[in-house]
Amino acid sequence: MLKISDRTFRSRLFLGTGKFSSADILRKTIEASGCEMITVALRRVDLNDPADDIMQVLDRNKYLFLPNTSGARDAKEAIRLARLARAAGSGDWLKLEVTPDPRTLLPDPVETLKATEELVKEGFIVLPYINADPILALRLQDAGAAAVMPLGAPIGTNLGLITRFQVEIIIDQARVPVVIDAGLGAPSDASLAMEIGADAVLVNTAISIAGDPVKMAAAFAGAVEAGRAAYEAGLGRKSSEASASSPLAGLDFIKG
Amino acid sequence: MKITVNGETKEITPETTLVSFIRDMDLNPDNVVVECNGKIIKRDEYDSLVLQEGNVLELIRFVGGG
Repeated sequence: MLKISDRTFRSRLFLGTGKFSSADILRKTIEASGCEMITVALRRVDLNDPADDIMQVLDRNKYLFLPNTSGARDAKEAIRLARLARAAGSGDWLKLEVTPDPRTLLPDPVETLKATEELVKEGFIVLPYINADPILALRLQDAGAAAVMPLGAPIGTNLGLITRFQVEIIIDQARVPVVIDAGLGAPSDASLAMEIGADAVLVNTAISIAGDPVKMAAAFAGAVEAGRAAYEAGLGRKSSEASASSPLAGLDFIKG
Repeated sequence: MKITVNGETKEITPETTLVSFIRDMDLNPDNVVVECNGKIIKRDEYDSLVLQEGNVLELIRFVGGG
């Protein structure tokens, strides 16, 4: 079982809750995914549409809320959002996200490290969203991050695990769980991430914008389980030369 | 008297408590987190906090996000 901080998880699929077409589809998708942790964001209430409340379909007793600091452009803004999330009653868990560049939404490593140091001091369980930078992952781990969440590709791109080489180094070195966050576009991407030893994946866009999000959530759940089982089973090594699967002996009778 | 809520000016009657203001906005106080003049207000203070002229409130809540 996956353990992050003091919590254990049966499911290694975490689900983002953004960009769903309706609250009802979101609720059904969460159920189909089998996930135990969901991310949420913090925003101003729209005073003209107060009924639009995601909490009506999300059960805090059933799912661990992982509020994010999306929208924060520096450590200061991220810390403010983190404190608000805690005040909103979501507990100490936090997906730290600092993205100063709206075009790429790539995370700022310096501000992310700074915010992690402060938030760990304040007792938060910090899961920082990072570029796939093995050195930064180690620095964050040393700063007390509960896990590291390197991107597979930029947020919402569905480009898959294009950071595979660096992610493999992160997995090899990490003492904390590695969660592949962002960019995974298909169940096969999630499988690959799990096969190479990721501890979990966090998926949102690939599921929420699918033709049938509920079915896609189930597909990702299966892919994550298959990839994890393959990792635990131990993949066979690759070779540039063929190796017959059928015995070579016992063919005398056809050789004249 | 006037206060600012999420960037909008709102007219309220004197002695309005935070919790009654939130309810008047058709919101569930348990699902809203509040900053008043930049300071986070704890949930157990909503009932006793009386809003003052010129207060700047931010009403924030969880929304879907990745």
